[in-house]
Amino acid sequence: MSDAAIDEVCLVALAEAFRGDGELLCHPMGPFPVAAGRLARASFEPDLMLTDTIAYAVAGTLPLGATVTRPGAADEGVVVEGYLPFRAVFDQAWSGRRHVVMGASQIDRHGNQNFAAIGDYRKPKAQLLGLRGAPGNVINHTTSYWIPDQARTFCERVDVVSGPGHDRVAALPEPSGRFHEIRRVVTELAAYDFETSDCTMRLRSVHPGVSLDDVLAATPFELAVPDEVPASRLPTDEELRLIRDVIDPKGIRKHEFR
Amino acid sequence: MPDKRMTEDEVVAELSSGMTIGIGGWGSRRKPMSLVRAMLRSDLTDLHVVSYGGPDVGLLCAAGRVRRITYGFVSLDSIPLEPHFRIARQTGSVEAREFDEGAFYLGLLAAAHRVPFYPTRAGLGSDMLTYNPDLKTVTSPYGDGTELVAVPAFDIDVSLVHMNRADAAGNGQFLGPDLYFDDLFAMAAERTFMSCERVVATGDLLEEGSVHTLKIPRLHVDGVVEAPGGAHFTECPPDYGRDEAFQREYAATARDPDAWARFRAGWLDLPSHDAYRARLADRAGSAGAGHASGESSTCRARLADRAESARADR
Repeated sequence: MSDAAIDEVCLVALAEAFRGDGELLCHPMGPFPVAAGRLARASFEPDLMLTDTIAYAVAGTLPLGATVTRPGAADEGVVVEGYLPFRAVFDQAWSGRRHVVMGASQIDRHGNQNFAAIGDYRKPKAQLLGLRGAPGNVINHTTSYWIPDQARTFCERVDVVSGPGHDRVAALPEPSGRFHEIRRVVTELAAYDFETSDCTMRLRSVHPGVSLDDVLAATPFELAVPDEVPASRLPTDEELRLIRDVIDPKGIRKHEFR
Repeated sequence: MPDKRMTEDEVVAELSSGMTIGIGGWGSRRKPMSLVRAMLRSDLTDLHVVSYGGPDVGLLCAAGRVRRITYGFVSLDSIPLEPHFRIARQTGSVEAREFDEGAFYLGLLAAAHRVPFYPTRAGLGSDMLTYNPDLKTVTSPYGDGTELVAVPAFDIDVSLVHMNRADAAGNGQFLGPDLYFDDLFAMAAERTFMSCERVVATGDLLEEGSVHTLKIPRLHVDGVVEAPGGAHFTECPPDYGRDEAFQREYAATARDPDAWARFRAGWLDLPSHDAYRARLADRAGSAGAGHASGESSTCRARLADRAESARADR
């Protein structure tokens, strides 16, 4: 247990974002978040529904990188339990039975997220991914963020709002924003939530081996810090086995750590 | 049933500069690339492209044919941002009309259903509204006070889609994992032209897939182009996967004008899809592996003859 690497601690911290979700579509974007979703279902949140990242909901735990090629062929013991092409994914998003994990190029203390563009949107200095599905996801259901480079991503003010934060949503007429929930932000240093009176970012736990000073040095905005900050929990032996032997035997998760 | 078979160049002859063109597929997946390449052979310009964009948008931007893009994203999937689209955005050479991916679906749906808009929460609080100043919101008329984005109908002049199979009348079949929104592109447009990997007899449509794969009824299709390999280099499962090596080569042309000129000369300045396929076969041969090019070009020539005599008959 003591030999958990930082990527494994982060994976567990991100998996913890799904705790209590029960039966909904767990829909993380990108290899690291996908591993976290699969870990959550395989260990403590067994009723989650997960896809192969293409169009099929699968029962059982797929390793990172594997997808269903022929549904019904039952190759590698993969059981298809549902069909979720993009149109069905949007329908699920709007139904609210979904929790996504997205990345961010910028995020502020209200949870405003940008992965659309840097500079003036109309003629950006750097075009990034674009708004993608962030506006619709964030306003319709639970969202968490995985940020592997906190110092570069946390900022005072984002250039473009892809996923709206609490201040933007609070400004909408009631009850337009009632399904908005930013559950968790997990970085390579710590985990955060927005459980403060003004819904600004709060330090939730600090990863083992990271100091509070490290966290604050990588945070350019005012952060709510409780008197007692717990350490992020370590993976259990079973979680380490799942991560290393089942979900990510190739170590793809480590590519996120520079 | 009507016989709607035609060639890529005959499709492009139906288009004109300034039109709004919808392009089906998703990112670098099942794009009607032989039709896009035929557009690049023409002098079409000043286009408004509506797309879940991939190399279709990138190529048309790189060739200077685009005035405006309505899009949910523009991506090559394995390369997250389309590199030619990146340049178009960063140089401000195209007008961007960007929608949340799901809101984009509703713009197609509204056009397909002939209503002026569909309401959604998607976009509220985000900068989708800030940078699309013509986008309006509506308040629920039922007294609950909910404000919603009114996604306007995407009025499309002509849509282009690529299917795995179709019959000569334009009943389209997808055999891969996802239809994407191609049926809505067809319904949203004034006219739709469908390319496909293979034209089959209507009675044979169910040989490779269940009735659930017959997703585009001929009611919304004006022309059918048999284009084996027509989605190359995007993926078209189960017929073929994405040609990642080719896509990397294409992506690299965005960083180097000489590479773009070579790519253009090698892969775009060709007289036909048959010539493109022949060149691909040479490439596969010289690489000693990779892309199977399928049937010979004589099959296509025969088809073109047939289509021509069918038209002469009418």
